[in-house]
Amino acid sequence: MIEEDEITILLSDLFELYGYDFTNYSKASLKRRILRLCSLDKFPSFAELRYRIKSDPTYLQRFVEEITVNVTEMFRDPQFYKTLRTEVLPSLGSKPFIRIWHAGCSTGEEVYSMAILLKELNLLHKSLLYATDLNPTVLEKARKGIFPLPHLKQYSENYILSGGIQDFSSYYTAHYGQVKFREELSEKMIFSTHNLVSDRSFNEFDLILCRNVLIYFDKDLQETVLRLFDESLGSLGYLALGSKETLKFSSVAAQYRQLNREKIWRKIH
Amino acid sequence: MAENSLNPSQKLVVIGGSMGSIDALMKLLPNLKVPMPFALVIVLHRKSSVDSTLADLFATRTRIPIREVEDKDTLEKGNIYIAPADYHLLIEQERIFALDASEKVNYSRPSLDVTFESAADTFGSATVGVLLSGANADGTAGLTAIKKAGGLTIAQHPETAQAPFMPQHAITHTVIDYIFSMDELAAYLNSLS
Repeated sequence: MIEEDEITILLSDLFELYGYDFTNYSKASLKRRILRLCSLDKFPSFAELRYRIKSDPTYLQRFVEEITVNVTEMFRDPQFYKTLRTEVLPSLGSKPFIRIWHAGCSTGEEVYSMAILLKELNLLHKSLLYATDLNPTVLEKARKGIFPLPHLKQYSENYILSGGIQDFSSYYTAHYGQVKFREELSEKMIFSTHNLVSDRSFNEFDLILCRNVLIYFDKDLQETVLRLFDESLGSLGYLALGSKETLKFSSVAAQYRQLNREKIWRKIH
Repeated sequence: MAENSLNPSQKLVVIGGSMGSIDALMKLLPNLKVPMPFALVIVLHRKSSVDSTLADLFATRTRIPIREVEDKDTLEKGNIYIAPADYHLLIEQERIFALDASEKVNYSRPSLDVTFESAADTFGSATVGVLLSGANADGTAGLTAIKKAGGLTIAQHPETAQAPFMPQHAITHTVIDYIFSMDELAAYLNSLS
C-alpha cells in the first residue's frame, strides 16, 4: 500500500532530479499506476521504488513509460472520425495549407488514421501533421508506423464504421506479425517531444486533437493546457478531445461552440 | 487537502455487475426511495460500442437524477452515476470522478475491482460495495479492499442471479456481510441514512 504523502515525495524527487513534473496529474490515477508498477517490477516497498528511481536514470525511462497511459487505437470512436471526415476536414479544405497537432499522440495510431482521412479527401498533400508526446520511446514507434497485426482487424472495422470505403489493407503491408503503413502517409508527419505541462505553444494550428490525455490531469492543469491549446489555435480552428472529456470547467469555454454530440469544439471568438 | 464536498460520514454505494445485471437493476431502481441520502455509482461490464443509452434506459425506471459520468464531475448525494463504457472509473480524495483509459483489468474496462478499490480508498468505512450477477471474477478483490477499509459488502444471492458465478466467487473468496435478493437489497438501501 502506498500513501498519498509518499506519492508526493516521489513526485518531488522526479521533478528535482529529472525535471518531470507530475504534481498536477490525477492522484487517483497516478496511485493506481504506481501500485501497478510496484507489482509488475516486484518492489517490496515504496522505499525501494524510490531508491531505484533516484539511483538509476535508465529506470526512469521505464517509470515514465509505465506511469503514463499509452492505450490507443486507429479510428478510436468511429463516430468521431466520421464527423472529422464529413464536417471538420471539408471545412478546412479551402485553406491553402492545413496544420494539425496531435498532442499526446502516444504510438501514433490516431495520427495515421488522420493521414488516411486526409488522403481520401485529397487534402494530405497540403497538410502537416505535428505529433507530440512527452515520451520519446512511444514517438519512436509512431515514427516507424509499424503496428501489431492482430490489432488490424479491429482497426479495419473502426475504419469502415467511420465511413471508410477503400480496401483498408491497401494502406499497409504485413510482415511477420506486424504491419507497416505506407510511407506516403507518414511523409507529412513531424514527430517531436513536447510536454504539455512545461512546454509552450510552437505554432498556430487549424485543428488540435488531444484525446484521453486531459483525464490524467487535475482541473488546474487541464485549465493550463486548454489555454495553451487556445493560444495555439487559429480563429475558426477546431479542438477535439476524448469522448468523456469536456471544456465545461474551463475559462476558454465561452469562446467555443461544440459540434453536435461529438467532443469537437470550434473557436468562434 | 481540499475540503470534501460531502460530509465525511456520507455514504457511497457502489454497485458492480456484469451479465444479467441490467435486468437486476431495472428491478431495483424503481424501489429506491427519493430523495436518496447517499451517492450511488453503478459500474457495469458492457460492450464499448454501446454509447450513453444505459443511463437513458435506467432513467425510465426512477425519478432519481441519473447520468453517465464525464471527467471531473463532482460526486453528490442523491444522484446515480453510471461508469462510461471503455473507461475505468476512479474517485479522487476531493470526491470528484477521474476517468482512466488504461489497460483492461480482469479483461474489463470499466473494471469493478478498480472502482471498488478507489471507493475504499476515498470513502473508507462509509463505502457500501454491492456485487450483482455476472460470469467472471471481477469485483471480489475490490470488495476485499472495501472490507479492509471498514466498509460494508453485499452480494446478490446467487440463486436470484441470472449468472451466479460472480457473486458466488465473492462469497467464497472474501468476507460478505449480506447476501440479498434484489427486493432485500432495495429494502436495505432504503434503510440507509
